[in-house]
Amino acid sequence: MEFIIIIISAIFVNNVVLAQFLGICPFLGVSKKVSTAVGMSSAVTFVMILATIVTYLIQKNILDPFGIGFMQTITFILVIAALVQLVEIILKKVSPALYQALGVFLPLITTNCAILGVAILTIQKNYDLMEAVVFSGSTAIGFGLALVIFAGLREHLDMVDLPKGIKGTPAALIVAGLLAMAFMGFSGIV
Amino acid sequence: MAEKRESTFINMVLVLFVVTLVASAALGGVYEITKEPIAAAKLAKKLNAIKEVVPAFDNNPSEEAYKVGINEKDTLEFYPAKKDGKLVGTAVKTFTSKGFGGNVWVMVGFKPDGTVYNYSVLEHKETPGLGTKMVKWFKPTDPAREKSSIINKNPGTVNFTVSKDGGDIDAITAATISSRAFLDAIRTGYNEYMKKNQKKEEVSNE
Amino acid sequence: MSNLQHFTKGFIKENPTFVLLLGMCPTLGVTSSAINGLGMGLATAFVLIMSNMVISMVSSQIPDKVKIPSFIVIIAAFVTIISFLMEAYTPTLFIQLGVFIPLIVVNCIVLGRAEAFASKNKVLPSILDGAGMGLGFSMALTLLGSIREFLGSGKIFGISLYSDNYGMLIFVLAPGAFIALGYLIAIINRIKKA
Repeated sequence: MEFIIIIISAIFVNNVVLAQFLGICPFLGVSKKVSTAVGMSSAVTFVMILATIVTYLIQKNILDPFGIGFMQTITFILVIAALVQLVEIILKKVSPALYQALGVFLPLITTNCAILGVAILTIQKNYDLMEAVVFSGSTAIGFGLALVIFAGLREHLDMVDLPKGIKGTPAALIVAGLLAMAFMGFSGIV
Repeated sequence: MAEKRESTFINMVLVLFVVTLVASAALGGVYEITKEPIAAAKLAKKLNAIKEVVPAFDNNPSEEAYKVGINEKDTLEFYPAKKDGKLVGTAVKTFTSKGFGGNVWVMVGFKPDGTVYNYSVLEHKETPGLGTKMVKWFKPTDPAREKSSIINKNPGTVNFTVSKDGGDIDAITAATISSRAFLDAIRTGYNEYMKKNQKKEEVSNE
Repeated sequence: MSNLQHFTKGFIKENPTFVLLLGMCPTLGVTSSAINGLGMGLATAFVLIMSNMVISMVSSQIPDKVKIPSFIVIIAAFVTIISFLMEAYTPTLFIQLGVFIPLIVVNCIVLGRAEAFASKNKVLPSILDGAGMGLGFSMALTLLGSIREFLGSGKIFGISLYSDNYGMLIFVLAPGAFIALGYLIAIINRIKKA
């Protein structure tokens, strides 16, 4: 039951992009085509779960026992940066096909605030390891869902005749606003 | 400007090490300096919240505070307020997980008999403009809205549920879920408070 | 470019929010009121100025391959410092801004300026660049915060201008952030072209 609440809350009610405003840069940046959106979401899912597990273990086994919680931000961002590099190298060696698909998105992920945000939120919410995995996984799914829907909308938006000033980013933002409004309908279900 | 350093392995390790060392040292220093102000700010905030919800007192409630666990993870905090050594009220930091947007934390003050003296919403994620009205809704200054007030009512005699569910308290217009959550938090606080209080009386009777 | 231009280019011409579209997460996430926007903007400005200053001083000593990790450590240190200071002296604002304070680390503006400007310039221009960009960012966030607070609750900086019974709630909620920013950028696009 606990897990179901975490899952539904992270995917729909508190959607990471549309309700919590994390990971807006890739949301606006790589949402012009559905296919790239799918690639980006897979890469984010992969790194997000991995990063949350690693940072969680570091927090509980190193930062907390030594009372150096103030090093949290520095440690987490370095771990995430190193992790992204590592994933890139391993992927290149082990599965060139997967690397082809996800490789271009990986460098962008270090500065994706959703990754660091989820790592910090997991600690703040006092989850245990299993809950942390479920939380990061469903947050990533929520990110993917929002990104893919938004990319689908934007593909059509290109064909619409709009005033010059509003074309491009402004139109995308307004559409994102409408999408966020739709997601508000989920609030209160958990 | 000095010559650019080569990217040799030793150089890289050395530079990263020095940068991290200096950064950690600086952070440790700032942490030590700000530790006290941070603790003071937190304490002041807590004391202000307590002051708001109980009658005037002259002790330090956070020194006499006690905690009661209600399940594995969550605890309620009790702050007894005393004047001249006599208990005048108890501030209870209580919460509910039934809010529209997650947990709602409330500081509620009970008089020794369990009557609500005042309350203050500490933390919530309710919908702005609707659920957020709980901050003032349940302590109206307008006598015409007496039915939505919880002040000076005792959860032991008044039914602290929204009137829609057959209770005695009027819910916030268009925010029934937030109102239910709020009253749930108050009831949890009241129940734990009474449990604790009765135990104490038994002890003093013996 | 003169020092004055280093300072003022961040205001309008290269405004990080409206023109370069950087740092969108805090821009949308914390601007439900003017004061939150201003607080976030100034915190970011502090990090920008300090990290630009330090990086311009030490960058010649840092080998190219570890440039980015070193910059990140320096930035993260200043972010942690400002978060301690805010927790100690502006606790209410600290709680309001929440997770977005540690997330200044991954704000593309900060790392972007470090890499593109501070690592190639002397100390004074770097400080001015950081200050200009920081103030430009603060202005943008305060403007967006004021607009959303005004439309949503009839207030600006907490001062009531009309009854909040007539406020359009949607603007202080999540969707309003996207919509308000969308129209604001559209207006600025229009002004720039005219």
